[in-house]
Amino acid sequence: MHIHKFEKIWLIVGSGTLVVFLLIIGINAFAMGHTPPSDDEILDPQEVDITAPFDEPGLKKIGENEYELVMIAQAFTFQSVQDLKIPKGATVHFTVTSKDVVHGFQIPKTNVNMMVTPGHVNKITHTFDDVGQFLILCNEYCGVGHQAMGVPLEVIE
Amino acid sequence: MISQVVDRADAKLSMAHIYVAFAAVLLGGIAGLLQTLVRSGTVQLPAGIGYYQLLTAHGILLALVFTTYFIIGFFYAGLSRTLGKFYDQPFRMAWLGFVVMTIGTVLTTVMILLNEGTVLYTFYAPLKASPLFYIGLTFFIIGTWLAGGAMCSHYYICKKVSKKKLSPLFAFMAVMTMVLWFVATIGVAASVLFQFIPWSFGWVDGINILLSRTLFWYFGHPLVYFWLLPAYVCWYVIIPEIIGGKIFSDALARLSFVLFLLFSIPVGFHHQLLESGISPFWKFLQVVLTFMVIVPSLMTAFSLFATFEISGRKKGASGLFGWFKKLPWRDARFFAPMVGMLIFVPAGAGGIINASNQMNQIVHNTLWVTGHFHLTVASSVALTFFGIAYWLIPHLTGRVLTGRMHSLANLQTILWAVGMFFMSGAMHTVGLLGAPRRTAYTTYQDHPDALGWIPYEVTMALGGSILFIAILLLMFILTDLAFFAPKGKEDFPIGTVADRAERTPVILENWRLWLTVATILILVAYTVPVVHMIEHAPPSSPGFKFW
Repeated sequence: MHIHKFEKIWLIVGSGTLVVFLLIIGINAFAMGHTPPSDDEILDPQEVDITAPFDEPGLKKIGENEYELVMIAQAFTFQSVQDLKIPKGATVHFTVTSKDVVHGFQIPKTNVNMMVTPGHVNKITHTFDDVGQFLILCNEYCGVGHQAMGVPLEVIE
Repeated sequence: MISQVVDRADAKLSMAHIYVAFAAVLLGGIAGLLQTLVRSGTVQLPAGIGYYQLLTAHGILLALVFTTYFIIGFFYAGLSRTLGKFYDQPFRMAWLGFVVMTIGTVLTTVMILLNEGTVLYTFYAPLKASPLFYIGLTFFIIGTWLAGGAMCSHYYICKKVSKKKLSPLFAFMAVMTMVLWFVATIGVAASVLFQFIPWSFGWVDGINILLSRTLFWYFGHPLVYFWLLPAYVCWYVIIPEIIGGKIFSDALARLSFVLFLLFSIPVGFHHQLLESGISPFWKFLQVVLTFMVIVPSLMTAFSLFATFEISGRKKGASGLFGWFKKLPWRDARFFAPMVGMLIFVPAGAGGIINASNQMNQIVHNTLWVTGHFHLTVASSVALTFFGIAYWLIPHLTGRVLTGRMHSLANLQTILWAVGMFFMSGAMHTVGLLGAPRRTAYTTYQDHPDALGWIPYEVTMALGGSILFIAILLLMFILTDLAFFAPKGKEDFPIGTVADRAERTPVILENWRLWLTVATILILVAYTVPVVHMIEHAPPSSPGFKFW
């Protein structure tokens, strides 16, 4: 089938750009470790409270300025510790599941953003380089109190 | 010889759909206005109406009811115009489809009004609505299948009778869109019939959430192409005639529609990039396929602007961009779709951002996404549909689009573009700052981050108010065109192909071939991850009613 010369140029440049985009995404994902949160662990969504590590939610120090924060999303809060305080420069591994419906897990001003599906665990890691007030919020509609589902997180000196 | 005017009985069939479509626009628009006012903290809802109830109604009425009814009504009229009056059997099937769809629409809408289905239009499990909500959706889908069946059957009979290997471009594109719809709705129908209905009745204890989400998005992405392709039909087939030009290439137009069938379905994971239980490899594979579907849109952009330039030069335009001024900017039939096309440029670029693994992580489930699809479906597609309605309604009701209505319609388009600039612009910006979508007014106990979003939410309300005025103006124009405009004959423009264009290869209309390739792509993209979801599933989940 004949294609006009200008259209060929347009399509080659256009498709070439898409290939470059895909290469960047692919290299970023698989060579530089920036794959999206895709944890494969499963658990019984009705037995979250007695399944490790969710039987003891909260902040655990696991290394030099490195923490694991285990949280349970449930309508309409994140079950963890009361006052979340993290030292500046700390790397935090978030491990989250849901006790009821699908929730979101997002921290504005960071790249932390993932879905929390009941029966599944999801994980994401972030290093907090600056002190300040942060907010962990649910970004998936989960019911009438969805807009209240957020907890503060403070990064301190 | 086929009449230039749509048969009267077919016109009634088409108009029945168009009435429902625009009634849905008015109701959905009221819900939309209220949402922007609530979210910015401007008003509180009276009489126990919930924000999320409005949001569910807004999504279902506009994204499903308006689009689907309009598309089907437009296609019936166009098929009657290009293939001839509907034969009896498909005609009866079409009316049956209308009745079944409408029963479903009414049932689902009543359930939403009764607050028995406040699960938003994506109805993600394990939020559990009344069984009647899901049964209403099932009727709606079955009705659309009857409609698609009626179109395919009419097309098939006409092709047999005419003995031509290639059908008119409009008919080919309409049938392709409905074939895409058939393949896509299999996913959501399977999920609703085998997962949601038994579970909501309590016949089974639990539901596989991840599988239900995957089946939804197997449908959810081609759904957006189901909205877009009828707009492309207008851009490819109708706009060239309105501007006094020719269709650039029949073959390339058909090829782009074939590519949409192949690549718009096996891409649903780009809506699930941040989910557990799907490996990064399969997510990336579907991101690659998502990017493939950009190619036919690039082809479309080239063809359209080639038509614009060639017709402008024929009218004596000179210089590199002189043809731009020769376009009929005062013609509402052109202006509304053209503004839609121009908006599709930033809208499409936003789509590429959303589908890109890492950037998706910044914008996923933020108001950015809401801003995005208010540019695509609620501007590019909606303005094109409005532009079609301006000539289609008077054509079908035996009236004319007067000069005064042209001017009012152009004002409507400008109001829409301005309102959307404020609303969608603010949504995009505040989304980048992290404001979540689908969330009522909140400050998260006066958290400084959330307080910083409020000025943007007020801007959204300003844009939403302008858009609502535009909807009222639209209702005035369409009511005039349907019932009060002077009697006469309004054209149903159908473009002809440029003389220089190549002959169209018959292989482009080989349905068996393209459906086979589409099936293979779907199986490649979905088999392994779906088997994993079923074999490696957690204990199934009970339902919750949190509203």
